[in-house]
Parts: sequence; structure tokens; C-alpha cells
Amino acid sequence: MTTTSSPAIAVNGLRKSFGDKVVLDGLDLTVERGTVFALLGPNGAGKTTTVNILSTLLAPDAGTARIDGHDLATEPDAVRAAIGVTGQFSAVDNLLTGIENLRLMGDLHHLGRKESRRRADAMLERFGLVAAGARPAAGYSGGMRRRLDLAMTLMGDPKVVFLDEPTTGLDPRSRRDMWQMVGDLVADGLTVLLTTQYLEEADTLADRIAVLDHGHLVAEGTAAELKRRVPGGHIRLRFAALAELEAASRVLNGAVPDAETLTVRVPGEGSGRALRSMLDTLDRESVEVTELTVHTPDLDDVFLTLTAPTSSDGRQTDR
Amino acid sequence: MSTAGYALTDSVTMLRRNLKRMLRYPSMTLMLIGLPVVFLLLFVYVFGGTLGDGLGAPTGGRAAYVDYVAPAIILMTVTAAVQGTAISVAMDMTEGIVARFRTMAIARVSVLTGHVIGSLIQTFLGLAVVIGIAVAVGFRPTAGVGGWFAAVGLLAAVTFALVWLSVALGLVSKSVETASNLPMPLTLLPFLSSGFVPTASMPAGLRWFAEYQPFTPVIEALRGLLTGAPVGADLPIALGWCAVIALGGYLWARRLYNRPAR
Repeated sequence: MTTTSSPAIAVNGLRKSFGDKVVLDGLDLTVERGTVFALLGPNGAGKTTTVNILSTLLAPDAGTARIDGHDLATEPDAVRAAIGVTGQFSAVDNLLTGIENLRLMGDLHHLGRKESRRRADAMLERFGLVAAGARPAAGYSGGMRRRLDLAMTLMGDPKVVFLDEPTTGLDPRSRRDMWQMVGDLVADGLTVLLTTQYLEEADTLADRIAVLDHGHLVAEGTAAELKRRVPGGHIRLRFAALAELEAASRVLNGAVPDAETLTVRVPGEGSGRALRSMLDTLDRESVEVTELTVHTPDLDDVFLTLTAPTSSDGRQTDR
Repeated sequence: MSTAGYALTDSVTMLRRNLKRMLRYPSMTLMLIGLPVVFLLLFVYVFGGTLGDGLGAPTGGRAAYVDYVAPAIILMTVTAAVQGTAISVAMDMTEGIVARFRTMAIARVSVLTGHVIGSLIQTFLGLAVVIGIAVAVGFRPTAGVGGWFAAVGLLAAVTFALVWLSVALGLVSKSVETASNLPMPLTLLPFLSSGFVPTASMPAGLRWFAEYQPFTPVIEALRGLLTGAPVGADLPIALGWCAVIALGGYLWARRLYNRPAR
């Protein structure tokens, strides 16, 4: 049974392959109750597969997971009763109205007619859908649809909510609204596991962030902890010609060239002394810099440092 | 929490959802009922005069042909309606709401039973309309109360079987477009049966196919029950086909539905 001390999500050695393509290669995760945990990674890192497994849509090849204290493999119905899922593609019934969608969820959670109605009305209020409640969901904007989707997820009073790329495809304003709502969920004591490819989103929302790449967990910690791993951010230099780009990447330590944009990224904190020494080095080689920008450390740096480059730019990692 | 105990409640909830969807999307229901009506009018008024003379009955012409073709048109109402089943199942699958249902602690089968019962209701509404129009253009069934009961029972069995098959066709389709095309053979099969002309008038190979395909015994049994002609072995054969198609469709649909998502 549920014990308050057990973590909301405990994942051990989760593996999944589709054919010979390994999507999850031994994933371990622990998410404490009442926190937001972000799974951050590029497309194809295994984020959605993780959510699909944890929400009982997909069976893992190996590994165990407990959600709200229930074992995924042996008590899937208890897991389903404890979770709510808002997927990447909105799961609303387009032909039903907002109210009908919410009441459908209430009926499927066996709330009883009165409670179902009461809760549906409360959700419309909370998610700013009162005016649109009587209209079919087909006519909703992307942001409204996502809000309805989340409201439907909450009708069953879940303890753990999975949000798979909750703001993908939303305009900036709707994205900010969604962030606000995720914050409210945690204030209500829920646990949230969200996947995202937006670093800003993970930074804003998550208590802890796990960086996922090719089915591996490459780093885990708070946003601050992760940023500390890349001490000084980076300096970006732009050149006029490919020859200069190559010369610069030869002489600068840790330089990552990008031939397409004729820029070089150099890890560094951008202090006056570091910049002067870098420019001096380039001067000695008679390399002209057309543009120089200093980037203070953010999760982008963590992300790019931690996620393995694909084999096609393997030469960059040789340096 | 027991989910098996909620199978009935959840199925009713899903049925209510499907009926609401039909009301919101009446053009599909109208289109599905329209198809057999168009064929009825076409075959009675355009071809009926000539085809009726070829039936070999004492009174030929259009009046004789209406009685002959009506059972085929009635069956066509079912095949057209189950095309709608495949479409609405495929719509569900592509819209992502079924993924949501799968992550909820509900009786899994209720998603499918909701579609099946909803389609049964939709089909019977269509049958009532089409039979009414058939009577209006001259169809004169001579069946008594018992005959009608038997005919309705047979139609229920046929519908049940074809609905389960269509649920599977809807699940196997990757898109709504495919789902609307896959059941097409069901719409064409009545033409290659004894539904529109007696099989005796067909060339040998076609005649063999027409006599042994499932729709011929269904149409013959229906014709017998409604017009008082002898039913013979057609009724048990028809019911046997229904049982086979229903079971096959159900097992196929269940397997497709429980197939894990990717």
C-alpha cells in the first residue's frame, strides 16, 4: 500500500528497444513527492518512451518502476488510478464540448453525477474555460485545448501527473500560462514529471532536472547544480572566412567550430583577462574576428556539453 | 479498485459518448443512410422495370423487382453503416483520446463495446428509415409478426458480426482515409450475390462465388423471412457465417486494441 515515505516515482534499470534500436538503456530515476521533475533531452532521447512506460501504455523490456508505491508490472490498475497523463498530442474529444469532455472523465472515474458536475465546473473556472465550456473542443485554440487536456487529467484527482512536452507548439503567452498552472499543481501537493526539449522550461519549472540522451541519463540535479558543471559559459566568435575559422579552432583550447555559421564556441567565463588573452592568441595568428559575443552560463551549455554529438561531427570532439 | 466490475458502467459511459458524437456529426449518419437509399431508387426506378421481367415470376416488372431487391438494399444499409464504425474507431485512434483512456483505470474493453453498441443503434435507425422508404416505393413484405421478429434477429446478428469486423478494420487502419476505404468490399459484395439478380443468370465462375459467399444465404434468408418464401438451410448457414465473422472480428479487434503503443 501507499506509504507517505516512498518516493512518488522510483524507476530502476528501465530498458526498452524497438527492434534493434535501443531507446532506453537502463534508466534510473527517483522523484520525490510534491516536486516537479523534468526529463530534458533532444528528440529521440527516450523521453516520450519513458512517459509511455510509466503511464502503462508500453511494457518495458527490463527494469522495474513503482509509482505512488504501486508496482507498474503487477498493479497496473492501481498505477492508472494514481496517475494523470497529458500527452504531446492533445487527448480531447473534438466533437464533445469542454463540459462534456470533463464530465466524461468524471464518469470514467466513477465520481457520481453530482460530484462529476461540481468538479467539471470547478475545472472550467480554474482553467479559464467557463465561456468556452459549451462549445465543441474542435473550435478551441491550441492553448485552450491544452488547458482542457490538463483539466481532464486532473478530474480524477491524480497523485502523479505526467506532462509530455506540455508546451510544444504553444505561443509564448500560452506557454507562460501553462507554466503557471504547473506551478499550481505542485502547490496542491501533486508530483509532476514533465518532459521538455526547452531548457528554459526545465529551468523555470523543475526542482530537479535529468538530462537524457540516447536512452542514458547523462546528468541529474537541480538547475543550479547542472549549471555549475559548465563553469564559465562560452564565448562565440564569428569569422569572415573558413580559413580563419579553422586557424582559430586550431589555436583556441576547447574550441567547437561550426563551419555553416562560421562561428567558434570557446568555453570560458568571459572575464576581461580571458578575452584579452584569447584575442592576443588570434592576433598572433593574424586571424580577424568579425564578431564576439559572451554567453553567460545557462542550461543550453549544460545540454550541449552533456549530450553526445552525433558521429557526423565526431571531429569536433577530438579536440 | 476493481475495474472488471465497472465494465458495464464504463461501456454505458462510452456508448453515451459515441451517441453524442453521432448527434454532433449528423452528416456522416445521413451519408451512410443515403447510400442504400440511392441504390434502392436507382435499382427500382431505373433498372427495375427490365430486371423485374427477367425474374421469371408470374407478374414481372417493377413491382416484382422491388420485392426481390429490397432484402439486398436492407443488407446494404448494414454494410454502409459499419463503414461509419470503421471511420469513427479510426478517428478515435488518431485523435489521441484512446491513449488517454488506456492510462485510466477503466474497463479496457468499454472503448470497443461503446462503439459496437453505438453502431448497432445507428444501424437500426438506418434500417428503419430504409425499410420505410422501401415500403413507400412499393416493397410489400408479407411476413407475419414471427417473420418480422426473425428478420430483425437475423439483421441484429449480421450487424453485430460486421460491426466487430469493422472495429478491427478501423483499428488496423493508420488513418481515417484508409478506414473509410477498407470496408469497401463489404459494400460491393451484395452485388456479387443473389441480392440484385438470381445467381442462375451469372456465368459459371461468378455464379459459384455468388452462391458460396456469406451474403447470399443472408439475403436469401432475409428474403424468405420477409416475403414468406421458404427459408430452408439459408437461415442456419447465414447465422453460422455471422458467428464466424463476429468471433473473428472480435478476436482480431481485441488483439489490435491490446497491441502496445509505440
